[in-house]
Amino acid sequence: MNTPAKRSFLRSYWGILLAGVFLVGLLVLVFITMQLQQSSPAEDITADERKLAPNFTLTSFDGQTYSLEELRGKVVLVNFWASWCTPCEQEAADLEAAWRYYQPGGEVIFLGIAWTDTESASLDYLERFDITYPNGPDLGTRVSQAFRTTGVPETYIIDKNGYLAYVKISPFLSLGEIQAAIDPLLTP
Amino acid sequence: MRKIHGTRLIALALGLAAVLAPQWAAIAQQPTPSDDAVNAIASQLFCPVCENTPLDVCPTQACAQWRELIREKLAAGWSETQIIEYFIEQYGARVVGVPPAEGQNLMLYWLLYLILGVSVLGGVFFLYKAVRGRNQPAEKQPPAEAVGQPAPSEYLDRMEEELKRR
Repeated sequence: MNTPAKRSFLRSYWGILLAGVFLVGLLVLVFITMQLQQSSPAEDITADERKLAPNFTLTSFDGQTYSLEELRGKVVLVNFWASWCTPCEQEAADLEAAWRYYQPGGEVIFLGIAWTDTESASLDYLERFDITYPNGPDLGTRVSQAFRTTGVPETYIIDKNGYLAYVKISPFLSLGEIQAAIDPLLTP
Repeated sequence: MRKIHGTRLIALALGLAAVLAPQWAAIAQQPTPSDDAVNAIASQLFCPVCENTPLDVCPTQACAQWRELIREKLAAGWSETQIIEYFIEQYGARVVGVPPAEGQNLMLYWLLYLILGVSVLGGVFFLYKAVRGRNQPAEKQPPAEAVGQPAPSEYLDRMEEELKRR
């Protein structure tokens, strides 16, 4: 039963209660939106969970422009690295060896993306490891944000149809490991 | 091969010196920026690798490279604003630790303002209520004669019963 005192209390505070409910609702909405946005495009990829890789454009250090959409029909290996990243150095030689192995076939392209690196340090790194495949800076960290990277090194392999097919959230340990990831995507 | 005459050589050297001297002077006028000058800008930026660590105190190699980049830009005559804008363009807005007020982030900014607004309004409301309550006369006391009135009959009955028992 509502006593007059209780009714008076409710009358005084209904506005505040309503505002509180509204704010909580808004917070829930923001939380859900952020959760949806932060769903990783990668990790364990099965045939049912295939996702289109986010499109991006990379301008390499030598001024060439590469667009993922324009590379449809080729297997694309996207490697995020940084000159200050020691684990990146572990895989640098294997990646270059893999590039030299696949380059003559023309079915595979490697794109190296220098993440939060200074240009001079990046160029030194590329020279030190004699890396010849296209590399460029991740301007504004836009590409890494699109891929939701968590650090470096990270490698994403995109099949000929533009779907993410393989993700490596650590350095490759051998040339064979890279080949094992790419070769299945080359079979017609 | 013709020998270059001594006076011509001197003239050539003097000519070269005249051309290069202003440039050398300009270089000489740009001393290497001090650590304090670099850190003044670095303190406004955040490490790309560690969370919430300002660039000036970050021990990673990535931060060392960025500080070196700041030093290079300062030596090249860039202003603080230009350097910070360059870092934002190169590495994204998160280097300054504040998300840009655009796209989805805009909703967060509006939410922040909304919460702030509601909090201020709520504060003003409670303050108003408190001040109004203090200024109003105290609640009316029961009239004096009411104090002397007999207690409720139930209480009196129990009292009489107790007395009878003794």
